[in-house]
Formats: sequence, structure tokens, C-alpha cells
Amino acid sequence: MMGLLNARWPQRLATQPWGLILLVLAIGSFGAVVLYSAAGGSIAPWAANHMIRLLVLTAVMFAVSLVPPTLWLRLAFPLYALTLVALALVEAVGTLGGGSQRWLDLGILRLQPSEVMKLVLVLALARVYQFVPLAHVGKLQGLLLPLLLVAMPVVLVLLQPDLGTSITLIAGGATVMFLAGLSVWFFLVPALIGAAALPILFNMLHDYQKARILIFLDPAADPLGAGYHITQSKIAIGSGGISGKGFLQGSQSHLAYLPEPHTDFIFATMAEEWGLVGGAVLLLAYGILFAWGWRVAFRATGTFQRLVAGGLTMTIFYYVLINLMMVMGLAPVVGLPLPLMSYGGNAMLTVMPALGILIGIDQESRRREVPAARAGGWTSPRPLATRLARPRGMDA
Amino acid sequence: MHASRLQQLIFERRALLLAGAQLLAGGVLLGRMGWLAVSEREALSAAAERNRVALRLVPPRRGLLVDAAGLPLAENRPAYGVELVPSLAGDLEAALDRIARLVPLSAEERAELLDSAKSLRGSGTLRIASDIGWDAYAALNVELADMDGLQPVRTYVRHYPGGAAFAHALGYVGKPTREQWQESRDPLYLHPGFRVGKDGVERGLDQRLRGTPGVERVEVNARGRILRQLDSRPDTPGETVRLTIDRGLQQHLAAFLGDESASVVVIDCQTGGITCLLSVPAFDPDIFSNRIPSALWRQLQEDDHKPLLPKATQGLYVPGSTFKTVTALAALAEGVPPTDTVHCPGRYTVGGRSWHCHKRSGHGTVAMERAIAASCNVFFYATARRIGNQAVADMARTLGLGQTFDQLPIPSLRAGIVPDAAWKAKRFGEDWTVADTLNTAIGQGSLFVSPLQLAVMTARIATGQIVEPRLLADAPPAAFPPLAIRPDWLGVVRQGMREVVNGPGGTARSARLPIPGIELAGKTGTAQVRIITAAERRRGVRRNESLPWRLRDHGLFIGFAPVDQPRYAVAVVVEHGMSGSRAAAPVARQAMTYIYDRDRAETDLEKRVGERERRRRATEDAARRAAAEAAAAAAAPPSAAPAPSAGAPAR
Repeated sequence: MMGLLNARWPQRLATQPWGLILLVLAIGSFGAVVLYSAAGGSIAPWAANHMIRLLVLTAVMFAVSLVPPTLWLRLAFPLYALTLVALALVEAVGTLGGGSQRWLDLGILRLQPSEVMKLVLVLALARVYQFVPLAHVGKLQGLLLPLLLVAMPVVLVLLQPDLGTSITLIAGGATVMFLAGLSVWFFLVPALIGAAALPILFNMLHDYQKARILIFLDPAADPLGAGYHITQSKIAIGSGGISGKGFLQGSQSHLAYLPEPHTDFIFATMAEEWGLVGGAVLLLAYGILFAWGWRVAFRATGTFQRLVAGGLTMTIFYYVLINLMMVMGLAPVVGLPLPLMSYGGNAMLTVMPALGILIGIDQESRRREVPAARAGGWTSPRPLATRLARPRGMDA
Repeated sequence: MHASRLQQLIFERRALLLAGAQLLAGGVLLGRMGWLAVSEREALSAAAERNRVALRLVPPRRGLLVDAAGLPLAENRPAYGVELVPSLAGDLEAALDRIARLVPLSAEERAELLDSAKSLRGSGTLRIASDIGWDAYAALNVELADMDGLQPVRTYVRHYPGGAAFAHALGYVGKPTREQWQESRDPLYLHPGFRVGKDGVERGLDQRLRGTPGVERVEVNARGRILRQLDSRPDTPGETVRLTIDRGLQQHLAAFLGDESASVVVIDCQTGGITCLLSVPAFDPDIFSNRIPSALWRQLQEDDHKPLLPKATQGLYVPGSTFKTVTALAALAEGVPPTDTVHCPGRYTVGGRSWHCHKRSGHGTVAMERAIAASCNVFFYATARRIGNQAVADMARTLGLGQTFDQLPIPSLRAGIVPDAAWKAKRFGEDWTVADTLNTAIGQGSLFVSPLQLAVMTARIATGQIVEPRLLADAPPAAFPPLAIRPDWLGVVRQGMREVVNGPGGTARSARLPIPGIELAGKTGTAQVRIITAAERRRGVRRNESLPWRLRDHGLFIGFAPVDQPRYAVAVVVEHGMSGSRAAAPVARQAMTYIYDRDRAETDLEKRVGERERRRRATEDAARRAAAEAAAAAAAPPSAAPAPSAGAPAR
């Protein structure tokens, strides 16, 4: 097996999606540039660390991309189970420690299971639909397991309480179910019920969560309190104008009016200095990233791969969307970073492995592209199943 | 195969749908950003500027006070301070704890700061300390750079180079009161670095010294820390005001007086300029201008030498025999010739009651000149009865007693009391009596005058003109109207005063000037501060030396020099100095010596200070010896050895 891998090394290298990798490095490096400015023109304390993290996680991304999709298929449920246990552990530790704790201190690494769950949930759901016939997708027996898979982590995350992450988890899960072919009604009806139940749900929220939503609706209500974030962020973006105030010239971030200029509100920091132009370029870059993700999904060779590719693309998209909506005052402050740009490893720790999985899927489909083209049709999932069956049989 | 194909088709359709939704979301985000950056740009840019730029009032530098020769009396010393905006700092106690690590704050200062923070409005600024020194300033800038609301500032503190000697004349500065702010609503009053005059000239000339504040635009971060100055309109400093004070003279006399409780006023008779307005002891005006520690305040308040009272302008004393000059002038003004004589047998009897002259054997037959020189009570009793008290009171007022000299830039000058029939009726509802006339004639009874009034009175007697005192050196000189008294008759009074100092039987020969060619004329006065009962008088009046300090008589002296062409008038009051000739006259002599021969005065001062030092040490030694003896022979009877009195009895 090792020898086999070694033999394919040069070929693999050639088929790496270098364009995507360059794009990721470009976004991440731009993040470092903005962090350099946010620190008042200094690589300490953020920019240098950010670059190191970016390079290390690029290596991680490569490593993850080496894992064949078939292995992900097999590992999906065990990984899910493991992450769920970790989530429960965090909840337990958090309860004991008092207050909301979202990470597990493993000594050298602070693991945030809810972040890992975003990936693993997509894998697990795709794993389910790989073996559920389309006819059963909308039936009770086909519906029960996916719903359970989504509900368990969502409940645990809500207990933390982390509204932002639970919403992204639900969104990620729903996306995979939607892509798997679940009837549109399953999404429309709960959405309508949810909208009707909004007041009740609102009452169930924590006070600070309620406040955030109220302030989102009217930031001027508390301009120096929680509404301050949104107001200052809008001021930063708007005062940047079309071409921005210029590198290192942002007063909002440098004079500390903008809260969290290096993490959640890095987009505002960027927009103040780079203007609408910088924002548009960044949006375009993320757009290209998602387009690539969808291309991988369209070229993927099996249901599992397709769903994983689509699900992960959307997961990254939700990150970007929620952060940007929050920064621009279109959504309440939920505390989600902007992937690749924001300082702090967690978002990157989720996004880079996700991209790694996507590259892995891309690699697999590229390898099959030639025979598939010869056959003149879509590759069947059959060989995958037989390949899967074989090692399982060998284990037994 | 077919099912999976269908699944793939469904996937692709739905994926396209989601991709479309992404595109739409991207469009919305781009649109939102465009709206913020284009349509809202102006408003949001303005908001960013409002965040960034703060307008700050720059308190005007206070005008300087200089003496007649241009030497500084009050100036502004650059200093480093620290300010805090409590609304940005959050927990004030914790903030003070952090600051206190670099800038020591006493418990009292902390309590005061916490207290004034309570009355601070909105985002008001608190001055934590005004003069912390460069080291603390630098340390604050480095170590507490991230502290919210903290602002190390460069500022000025008021400095009085002459120190305590000028504390009462000049006053000091301090924070404006709440009432002052409410009255004017001037935002300058809320500035933590702004000071207003609190007393003396500082308060009297406050408006002229204030100047106009400047404005600076500064860049401020979200923590309220000023990062840099953008531009500024500088402040216009207050006027520099030249006073008639002679800094050297006043400091010299303060040193000469040592730890006496006294006041000295010197007036230039030609211009009316007050060259010395001294009241000792006093307080350090530099400390008072910064912050008055309550322990110090209490200590000053309890001090029996009354360091908080500006005695020269607000101290009221019975003028004693110095007032006899007024009675004399009143008689001359009434047309009584100075050659009229009175026989003094040692007492004056009216209606079976006797008023004693201080010389039991009497002065014999005396005219005005001799009566002044010998301070004969009986002469003035008779004269006052002859012209009536109202004439005396009128003359007293003409000479400046009972007046407040409103043109002087000093607040709360006290008028004192010049008693007459109207006053007594109003005050006590009683009729004026002969006893009142007699008491007033020799400056006793209900007469109360301030040293400043005495000095003005002396200047008017010396020149025969209504000299108006002034403190502003640059005011245009005014011609003084003359007194309605024949000049040659006035000369008789001056001659009498000359005899007091220079004559063979004068009461104040100790005041004779050591300078050839210049003679000092004057009059002593002694004011009792206790009531001498008839019983005590029969037994023999107790000598001052045997009394505790606070029961001893006040010593007064008024004088002018040179006799033939009066230029300087002086009034000295030494509280509990026992007598005018002994305590007050030497001070007047020293003042004139300083004016006419500075070197001689410096030598005399050195001698006096050395003598004082020797005496202090001797007293200490004696006390120590006595304590040691008492300890050694606790059983032995204590030796009762009163100190031998050395002073000559005098008036």
C-alpha cells in the first residue's frame, strides 16, 4: 500500500488543484496583511502567527487530501460517534466549570468539538445517504437516522449555549439532506412552522442572545452597549468608501473603536482600508472557492463524494455568509469568524481539512476521469461499493 | 443504476439551486456593502471622524504677577499631571489602585477623588494629581498605556517664588466651585486643569489673569486616550500684572519677623503704591494651589498665630496710642491751635471718675507736639472733649479708618469700626457718653482698625493729602486732594511724631534709623487684649512678661520717613508683642533701613536671625536640662525661678 502511494506521488502532484491552493493561500495571506495593519503595522501579535497557522494547515490540508474518499466513508460513523462524545464531554466539563465552555483542553491543543462536528456531520449524513435508496429518502425509516444525527449535536451545542454553531449545524445537515433528494416540502413546512414559532423560540433564548437579536433589529437602541459592535462595524465599512482609506490608515480599527478588529470583524477592518474594491475582490475570491467546490461535487464519482463535496462547500459558505451578514449589519452578532481571514485557528481548523477532503474527492474523480470518459457516461458507484466490501471482508 | 442516476440528477438540480442562492447572497452582500460605502459613505465617514477627533479645551495659562521691579511673584511652572475619565475607566477603585502603584495617593486623596467622581457629569475628567514629576509621567505612559480613560497630561501649576510671605497678599488658585460653574455655564470651568483665584490679588484680578482658552483637535482612541494633536488654536495667556509690591522688602521683613504673629504695611506716599503687604505666619501658597491636605488645614486652623487670617487687611486691632495723631489732627481741623496747652497731673477727672495717664506723676503742662511725643493721655482726653467725638470720628474716616479702599484688587477688605453716636445708637441702642469720647480719644474702646488702614492713615498724616492706596503699578498716577488743615499746623504733628523716635524722651527710640540724614517719625501704640480689673489695678497691673502669650498686649507702630519729605509710610502690628516700642517699632525701622540701605538691613537681619537661633537653642537646652533635672531629682521640690524680665516698660 505504501509503495503504491509512493509510486503515484509524481502523478498526484501534477493533478493537485494548484489554482485552488494558490487561492486559499492568497485569501489567507490577505488576512495576514489585514492583521498586520490591525496590529498597528506590526507582524506581532497576529500576522506572523496567522501565516504560520496558514502554512501548517495547508500541510494538514494536503495530508487530509491523501485520505481516499472511501476511507472517509468507512470512518464517517466512528468519527461522528467520537466527536459526539467529545461534545458531551465539553458540556460536562463546562457545567462543572461553570459558564459556557466550548473547547476541550487536550494539553497541546484546544479542540473545539462543535467545529469538528460541522465536518463530521456532513460526512455522517453523506454516509447514510450512500446506502439509502432514493425511494426511501423521504420515508420514515430513511428520515429517522439523519434527523437523529443532526439533532444530537445540535442539542449539545445549544446547551453550551452556542446559537451560531447550532444554526450552522442545522443548516449543514439540512443542506446534505436537501442535496440527497429529500422532498422540498420537508424544508418548506418546517421553515413555515419555524417562522410561526419564532416568538416562542425567542422567549427560549438566553437574555444575551435576545439582546443581540433586538439590537440587530435596532442598533441605535444601545449604541454604546451591544449595538456598538454593529454600529462601529458599519461605520468602518462605510467610511472606507470605494477605494478605502489606504493601508494602515483605518482609524476605526487602529483607534480601537471597532471591537474584535482581528477576529470576527476583520472584514470591517479590511473594508475600511481597502474599500468596496477590496470587499468585492474578497467576495469574488470566496465565490471562486465555492465554484470550485461545486465543480468537485459535480465531477464526483459517487453519492457519498457528491454529498460530502456539496455539503462541505455549503458549510464553508455558511461561515462566510453569517460572518459577512453580521459585519454588515444584516444579522445579529453571533460570533462566527471569517474563514481564512480571521485570526484564531478554529475556523481555519475546520475549513482547511474540509478543503483537504474536497481535494481528495477531486483527486479521485480525476483519476477516474479518463476511463469514465471512455465509457461515455457517469461513473457508477458500483466499483466503490465492491472496493468497500473487500477490505471489510478481509477484516472479517 | 437508474435510481442513482436519478439521484445524481436531483443532486445536480438542487446543487445548481444552492449555487444560485449563493450567487444571490453574494449579490446581496455586495449590494449591502456598496450601499454602505457609497450611499451612506458621507454619514459614516462623519461618524468615523466624530469617533476619531475630539475637540479639547486648552485652559489658558494664567497671567503672571510681578513686583514693581518686574521680579516674579506668581508664575506658571510646567508640570506633569495625570487625568482620568471615570466613565471610561470602569471600576474607579481598581483604576486608582493601578495608578497608585506609580503615583502615590494618600487615603485622604483617594477619598477626595472618589467623592469628586460622584459629582462628575457624564464623561467628565478627573485630575488625579497635578505635579507628579517626569519619572511618574513616563512610567504612566509606558506601564498604563492600555488603561482605559487614563490620560497623562502636560500642564502648568501655579508657583509663587516668594513663598509664604506673599500668601495673604496674592492668595492662591484652586478649582472653581460648583456654584461658579452653575452661574456662568462656561465649559472651561469643567476642565480639570482650570484654576481660578481663591484669595488675595489672585481673586481680585481673576478676570484679568484668566486669559482666553485655546482649542485643540486631537485624535482619541476608543479608550479615551489622546494619541496626537491634529491642530490647535493656542490659548491667549492672561495679562501679566505688575504690582507695586517690593518682593525683596516683603521677603526681608518676613524673615525679620520670624515666627511672630504680625503684619506690616508699607505705602509709597507719593503714589499710594503699597510696597509691602505682609502678614505672618502664613501657608505655602504652592501647596494650597495644588490641593489643601485636610491635616494641614486643621493644623493651620488650630494655630494660635492664625496663619489663615490675612492680618494686614482683615486683622482688626484697637489702635491704641497711634490714634492720638488722629485726635490731634481733628483738633487742628476744628481750628484748635497746636500751641494750646493742657495741664496733666497724671489723671483726668470727669463727674467723679478718674482716667489715668500712663505716667502717674503727670506730664505737667503740655502742648500738642510734646503731648504726641510723650503720648500724654490727659492732653487728648481734654482735646477730644473740647472738639467733641464726632469731629474725631470724622477725621478718622477722612484719614482712611473705617474705609475699605474698594479700588484695591483684594477681596474682603474689612472696614473695622470708627465709633460715634450714630454707630452706638445703632449697635447698642445707647447714648454716647463722655467715657466713650475719652476712650476713643486715646484709641481705646470700640475702635477697630486694620494695619492697612493704619498705613493709609499714616501716609495721609505724613503728606497732608488724601493718599489713595493702590496695588497696580501701571495704573496712571492720580493727584491726591489735600487735607483741610494748615500745613504749618500739620508740621507740628509730624514734629511730635519725629520726637517719638528721635527725641530724648521719645517712646520709640528703638526705631531710630541707623542711616545718617534720614529720620523716621512715628507713634507707638499698645492694645490690651484682656480686661484689667480695678482690683488688679489696685494691686498693680501684672507685667506682660508674666502673662501667657495670648494674653499679652498687641504692639503697634506707625511711622514715616524721611521726616522732612515723607516718602514711605509704614504700619506694624505685632500680636501679643507686649508693646509698640518693643515689638513693632524695630520692624518699621528695619523696613526703612532696607529701603534706604539694603546692605545695612541685610547685616542687621543676619544678626537678628543669629540671635534668634542662639536663643532658641538656649531655650531648648534649658528645657532639656530642666527635664533631666526633674527626672534625676523627682522627689526634690521643684525650683520656682521665674525668668527675669529684661524689657523696659514702654508704650
